[in-house]
Amino acid sequence: MERVPILKIGDILLVSIQVDMSDQTAVQLQEDLAERIVATGCHGVIIDITALDIVDSFVGRMLSTIASISKVLDAETVVVGMRPAVAITLVELGLSLNGIRTALNVERGMELVAAARGDEWDEVDGDEDVETTATT
Amino acid sequence: MTAGVDLGRPQAQAIRSDEDVVRVRQLVRTFAVSARLSLVDQTKLVTAASELARNTLVYGGGGSAEVTVVEDDRRRGVRIVFADSGPGIPDIDLALTDGYTTGGGLGLGLSGARRLVDDFDIWTTVGEGTRITVTKWSR
Amino acid sequence: MALSAEESGRLARLLSEHGERLTRRWTEIVATSLRGRLSQAELARQVQELHRSMIDAGENGLTDLSSEQGGELRAVLAELSRGRARQGFTATETAISVYALKDVLLELMEENHEGSALRDFVAFSGLIDQMGLFTFETYTRTRESLIADQAEQLLELSTPVVKIWEGVVAVPLVGTLDSARAQVVMERLLQTLVDTGSPYAIIDITGVPAVDTQVAQHILKTVVAARLMGADCIISGIRPQIAQTIVALGIEFGDIATKASLADALRQVLRLTGVETRRHQRRES
Repeated sequence: MERVPILKIGDILLVSIQVDMSDQTAVQLQEDLAERIVATGCHGVIIDITALDIVDSFVGRMLSTIASISKVLDAETVVVGMRPAVAITLVELGLSLNGIRTALNVERGMELVAAARGDEWDEVDGDEDVETTATT
Repeated sequence: MTAGVDLGRPQAQAIRSDEDVVRVRQLVRTFAVSARLSLVDQTKLVTAASELARNTLVYGGGGSAEVTVVEDDRRRGVRIVFADSGPGIPDIDLALTDGYTTGGGLGLGLSGARRLVDDFDIWTTVGEGTRITVTKWSR
Repeated sequence: MALSAEESGRLARLLSEHGERLTRRWTEIVATSLRGRLSQAELARQVQELHRSMIDAGENGLTDLSSEQGGELRAVLAELSRGRARQGFTATETAISVYALKDVLLELMEENHEGSALRDFVAFSGLIDQMGLFTFETYTRTRESLIADQAEQLLELSTPVVKIWEGVVAVPLVGTLDSARAQVVMERLLQTLVDTGSPYAIIDITGVPAVDTQVAQHILKTVVAARLMGADCIISGIRPQIAQTIVALGIEFGDIATKASLADALRQVLRLTGVETRRHQRRES
């Protein structure tokens, strides 16, 4: 069975799905990610699906589950790079991917993670630190 | 059956494992490209095939998918027949309702797949099995 | 059946006996009706071709234009009608090219009195009427296909997706939106979001006269699909009638942002992205 690699970049775990995943591979990824979040203490997860030519309900559910699990483990998940055809199909399928943050590409995804963390610090420390974290 | 002449030879793929579901997707993609479906239509058909192949595996206890390029007087399309000898579906209307599930999924497999294709035909008998025929036409 | 085989043979003989005079007169009448918008030589060639194929058809015992013997004649008529339709002549001007033959034949037959002249003329007229109708049908079909081609070209031209600001693309929709066009727009917009990496899109429907349920659904689906990809859409320029239709049809626009004008939408987007800019300014001061 193939395994999807998980890369650690700074405070972020980056998963770039490059293969047509079997359901088992998807479940494995879900488990691996939970372990890596705890092991590394990362606060952001970016899942890059640029290479996926379809997202069906199983993969959609996996993405939602990963988002929920990482939230529990205090990490922000952003799904990036969804193709237009995939998005159109998901809408038709009736899958809304509730609770998942999305961004157009990895770069925007990292900004989004940073902004989300920034907001959190915002709440703790007041307004002062925003300038350093929310710049683009 | 509905009208349409078969083009080329139909190809069958057994559905016995997770990996077979992936193979069905790839087979359907190849056919969709050769029938010149638009990118969005290809994506819709492959997604529908993925849902139905998984249903065949999970609920039907395995079975097969047969893919064909079909043609009527105006257009080309791809037809897929999913067949299993599983327990069958006691209440089709209920099974086709969004959100209804017996397998712990999202309940979008059957109803969602129907929205993604142009023709959707289901035959099922309790205790004998299920046979679902879907067709996507080029525009 | 327009005429009998013998009548058809007599028509062929009449046409070939007085060939030169007949085509000359025929060309004259048609030329008057076209008022010089087709060159004399071109017209003479068309008339001669039609004349020749009518003789051939008559000698083969043509009884009905739609029969097998009429194949050649139909081809000539079709080519003539297609040419006229493309060159912008009216249907009447096209049909007159055929009907003018009646006048010519009448003149001719009045001169050479024969016993069966009237009966023959009625029969010949029957065939010419068929030819005229065939011309008209081909003309209409050609125009229809011209319109379809133009509609397709228009579709390509009328759905520009433009980047109007860093990170903002806009689609100004103009004209009637049918389901097919809405779909093209939707796909193109989403692709542009990816290509330009823009997280904001403005769909401006100021130029759309009416929206039906299907089109509204397409717009809604586009907005949801864009959101799945990580981009936000704002719909601007909803006219009062369209707002009424949307409410009357019971279409849920939900939490989709709408603005009165494209300018308002752009201002809104800039405000959303501009938060950071303003904070920068405060920091510098």
